[in-house]
Amino acid sequence: MVLLHAEKLAVGYGGRILLKDIDIRLKAGHILTLIGPNGAGKSTILKTLSRQLHKIGGCIELDGRALEDFSPQEWARTLSLLLTQRPHTERMSNAEVVESGRYPYTGALGLLGEKDLQAVDSALKLLHIESLANVDFMHGSDGQKQRVLLARALCQEPRVLVLDEPTSYLDIRYKLDLLQILRQLAAERQLAIVMTLHELDLARKVSDEVLCIKDRQIRAYGPTEEIFEDGFIEDLYDLPGSYNSRFGNPELPPSEGPCKIFVIAGNGRGIPVFRHLQQRGLPFATGILHANDSDAELARQIANALIEEKPFCPIGDESFAHAVKLLDGMTTVICALEEERGDYGPGNERNRELLELARRRCRMVKADLSDL
Amino acid sequence: MELHFVDAGEPEITPEMSKKMRKKHREALPEEQLLAAKTANSAEPAAPRVRTAESSGAGRLADSVGEGEEFLSLPQSMERRQLKHFFLAFLLLFALLLLLIWLNIVLGSVNANRAELRQALLNPQADFSAEPRIDMLRDILWKIRLPRLCGVLLLGGALSLSGFLLQTFFHNPIAGPYILGISSGAKLIVALILVVLLSAGNIRISSFGMVLAAFSGSMLCMFFVLLISRVVHSASVLVVSGVMIGYICSAITDFVITFADDASVVNLHNWSRGSFSGLSWDHIKVMAGPVVLCSLFVFLLSKPLAAYRLGENYARSVGVNLRFLRLSLVFLSSMLSACVTAFAGPISFVGIAVPHIVKALLKSSRPLFVAPLCFLCGSVFCLACDLIARTAFAPLELSVSSVTAVFGAPIVIAVLLRRSKGRE
Repeated sequence: MVLLHAEKLAVGYGGRILLKDIDIRLKAGHILTLIGPNGAGKSTILKTLSRQLHKIGGCIELDGRALEDFSPQEWARTLSLLLTQRPHTERMSNAEVVESGRYPYTGALGLLGEKDLQAVDSALKLLHIESLANVDFMHGSDGQKQRVLLARALCQEPRVLVLDEPTSYLDIRYKLDLLQILRQLAAERQLAIVMTLHELDLARKVSDEVLCIKDRQIRAYGPTEEIFEDGFIEDLYDLPGSYNSRFGNPELPPSEGPCKIFVIAGNGRGIPVFRHLQQRGLPFATGILHANDSDAELARQIANALIEEKPFCPIGDESFAHAVKLLDGMTTVICALEEERGDYGPGNERNRELLELARRRCRMVKADLSDL
Repeated sequence: MELHFVDAGEPEITPEMSKKMRKKHREALPEEQLLAAKTANSAEPAAPRVRTAESSGAGRLADSVGEGEEFLSLPQSMERRQLKHFFLAFLLLFALLLLLIWLNIVLGSVNANRAELRQALLNPQADFSAEPRIDMLRDILWKIRLPRLCGVLLLGGALSLSGFLLQTFFHNPIAGPYILGISSGAKLIVALILVVLLSAGNIRISSFGMVLAAFSGSMLCMFFVLLISRVVHSASVLVVSGVMIGYICSAITDFVITFADDASVVNLHNWSRGSFSGLSWDHIKVMAGPVVLCSLFVFLLSKPLAAYRLGENYARSVGVNLRFLRLSLVFLSSMLSACVTAFAGPISFVGIAVPHIVKALLKSSRPLFVAPLCFLCGSVFCLACDLIARTAFAPLELSVSSVTAVFGAPIVIAVLLRRSKGRE
């Protein structure tokens, strides 16, 4: 069942259209993440969906009812917000901040009833901030403030939760914690969640749907797996380097210049070497790697040349000859493989041969990275 | 089959597991509460405790809960603490109020003993022609001290509430009707109208007319301040602009007064510096209506005001009618400070300082509690300051503003220091 439905929506400030033709169909229990470069208009969409900003054209429906038909109170009981800016409060405890989410449920004087207190309590517990309840909001760290504000949004008991960059200011533990909570909430309370995220890897892990925005245009909208295809993210953000869409791993581009270093790698041993070389700005070639080796995943992103072999096959003559030819132009060979660690096996036996060859041709052969 | 490759000591928590854990947690809670309630309320708590201590784990839980204070959820305990603070603060202020009322009745340039005072106080209508001393004392009490006392009560409260509203509205801890120039704007318009009418043929303006004039002046300055706050989003720029507006208004007022008719100048000059002297029952009748109505209205606004503390966006998102709230705030704060200015001239620092005293007493800024105490504390503050102004160098009378400044300004500095400390 579609809970939040936007069609041909146009958003912007002061009557000027920033983004148009936005179509969203979000089901209850699903998470939609808006991604795109800074200033693309993600927050503007969130503000419009949450009635903070008037839409310019098109329609937004919630549960089949037009957005405009909701009274402010009904609307507040349907949708709650977490904004990027932190409010500046004065003598307001965290519990009081959370309580303010009960506004649409309390009477004329805003006194909390039994049910309101329970909602506040459970929101505090869900975000593990019971112990901070009586602490002044302004004395908390950014991460604590963020959790308090999220608890505030939750105790509003909405059906749609709108979050503008909920993970900003949080350390990695709380980021994962938060996203896990969001998934739980979506599943258990059948919440529809719309949010913006800057962390693409997290967006991919948590979202059911993704909406991509760039240059005042909706670039793509669809299920997460379809969006994260090779090459799309690089294009969306104009990345200087590359983005591994399988693991959500962004990398700087390979170093430039003549390539004089060859790394014999495999079994994941090459990764620290690759990183070290890239940090020093030294271009390098590597091989012979099976295409399914984790070294190969990274080498594709940051090596200047890579010699690959088909997965699960012993190194063949063709790739070996290719490697020997490449070795000719090199001044240094680094071998990341070690006998004792069991880095050699029937599949990559010929890498040993490659190392012997490098030694015979009197290249500088190293096992470690010191004094490169 | 190996599924988990977690190298840390903690076992990985799958969504299913955590779901179960939370469910258990949720089910456990009401039981705990139940147990706590039982152990707290049962008529013979000793018997079950002995039995449970011997038995298994469930008993131990009951024991440990029963030993501590009664189990309250966090928000509940906080609510109670706030209420406790509220009542303590209320009692303190109310006691002070009674003390100050008594002092204000008793002290003055004419001294009297207790019996005389009681007689004069309890018999406002009686004929004392046989005892001229009591007769005079009665007149002093009923025509000067008591109306002045009531006026100070009402206006002090109004002034503090006005400051509280302005602080909330501008999200600025040192906003107040005086510092933002709103009092001075009211003063200017009142002075202009008085002088023009006096010179045009000695026309007297009614008290109600004075309030209207002050209100229009307040709104005028409020409009300028609002304009500035729209353009510049800086708390300090706002305050400095307000002070400048105040200076301009005061300068024009001085100019007008200097060129006014001699007879009217003396009174006008006193009034324009801020003073509670000369309040009569007629004045009280005029000011009581708007002050009481506005104050009640403020109290009724405490719910949206509470939500407004988190900023406009969050307030809107929980369903606050922002346009209505903003208009009400502008209207109420201008009206309250206009009443004060019309009858007592511009009085400094009460509007800024009192809300902070109240928030510090309550350890909270919750408007439901702050608003009523603000009124009470404003009355107390002004009664104390007026008493000092009247009696410190009697028969000379100080302007109230100089007394309020002496006590109010340090509080403002303390607030600023506290804020800058909090920012570090």
